[in-house]
Amino acid sequence: MSDNILVTTLDEALKWGTGKSLWPFTFGLACCAIEMMSAMGSDYDWARFGSDVFRDSPRQSDLMIVSGTVTKKMAPRIRRLYDQMAFPKFVISMGACASAGGPYVRGYSVVDGVDQVVPVDVYVYGCPPRPEALIQALKMLQDRIVAGKVKH
Amino acid sequence: MEDKVIEVNFGPQHPSTHGVLRIKVKLDGEIIVEAQPVIGYLHRNAEKLAEMGGYPKGMIYIDRLDYVAALNMELGYVLAVEDLMGVQVPERAQWIRMMMVELNREASHLIWLGTHGLDMGMLTPFFYCFRERERILRILDEVTGSRLLYNYFAIGGIYSDVTPKAFEMIRTWTEDFVKKMEEIQSILGKSYIYVSRTKDVGKLTAEDVLSYGVTGPMQRASGIKRDVRKDAPYLFYDKVNFEIPTRTEGDVYARFLVRIEEMRQSASIVKQVLEKIPQGEFYNKKYSKPMLVRLKTTGESYVPTESPKGEFAIHLIGDGSSIPYRVRIRSPSFANLSSIPTMLKGYKIADLTAAVSSIDPVFGEVDR
Repeated sequence: MSDNILVTTLDEALKWGTGKSLWPFTFGLACCAIEMMSAMGSDYDWARFGSDVFRDSPRQSDLMIVSGTVTKKMAPRIRRLYDQMAFPKFVISMGACASAGGPYVRGYSVVDGVDQVVPVDVYVYGCPPRPEALIQALKMLQDRIVAGKVKH
Repeated sequence: MEDKVIEVNFGPQHPSTHGVLRIKVKLDGEIIVEAQPVIGYLHRNAEKLAEMGGYPKGMIYIDRLDYVAALNMELGYVLAVEDLMGVQVPERAQWIRMMMVELNREASHLIWLGTHGLDMGMLTPFFYCFRERERILRILDEVTGSRLLYNYFAIGGIYSDVTPKAFEMIRTWTEDFVKKMEEIQSILGKSYIYVSRTKDVGKLTAEDVLSYGVTGPMQRASGIKRDVRKDAPYLFYDKVNFEIPTRTEGDVYARFLVRIEEMRQSASIVKQVLEKIPQGEFYNKKYSKPMLVRLKTTGESYVPTESPKGEFAIHLIGDGSSIPYRVRIRSPSFANLSSIPTMLKGYKIADLTAAVSSIDPVFGEVDR
């Protein structure tokens, strides 16, 4: 490799770098948060995909994983936390509840889908999704970022 | 300079709240003058929704109450329904229920231990505990078909029998777990920083515990020897030998020790159950699946059970139709959380995360 020269544009390099170093935001809402912790834990270890640093502050993170039921009381807080994140920022909607209200969709206090509050890049199905599904969503998001298909 | 009390909001987004708890803390310097928990950020009307479907359909909302120990929640519901309708459950099903519930209790305590370590600024216990927890989840996955929320206990038994492979997995797990337990305990228990941060922190006296209705490991750490499994045995808890660990200090460290000892006792219960499981039916054939939806009944039932967080029970009222009239949930975390004002008053702000995480609140159950 030492004799070779890699030619790329700054834009391409930035996209590649952003995709491979997504820092998730420690933001657990309900049941899915436990599976999110499992994905981060010993067996599934998603540090392998460059997302090893879970940040506790929205200002230091790129990726918000909405893991759980979004209630009407929590929705304004989610929007506020999303606004506090610095660009570029991405959202994964994890599980049936965050995507469409799930089993609680008939409830009076539940928002049917976090996409009414923040823009969502990848939806994950399941109640709760297995950690493998979340890792697949992360890989999908990474591929889309590297390919330049993400809007914001 | 005059004294000035400032008000700080802890949560609803904070890595140490174990979900979406908000605590309004009034601070004088770094001393907590007043702490008031604000709940309801995960209120998803589980009680009301459970009253909208038939008796077996309510199970999915009960499952999602305490999502780290879903089988314990299911057991409370299933026992209440069976008590209401006078359903006979085969012996094998009851023993299997007991084994599964104890396995889930281990998983719940392990997740508590891991996140408690995180709250105290230690990352290593998290990985150790999750490694052990994944082993239990693999067993539960083998038996029930899912990892976190199972819907496994049915009215009149269980949905599927335990396979020989699963029995083998459980057997090897019981042999290994005792050794691993020593390792896990020593990570936190031998850490000078952990012990000095948790001793004499978040104290609750026996009177406080009784007046707030605190149950479970928190109650036993304050010197009250009470466990529904011993006091009012359900399933076959009167046929196995186990101890109720108690401490008298009532601080965070005592709760840690009580929970660790409880994990040992649960492992020994699983071991005893493995020897005692009889052959036979695993569900009552009278209550087949199409029949379950049409169950009708009148009357009331309340069966207390010991969940990992404390006394859990469901008060069911039937009005003669096929859907329950009332599903009232007695959730342990809710009562335990109400002790926060007493538990935090007078301590430093740095003790707050230690004390809150020692409650082990799960918000699906608190807000319902």
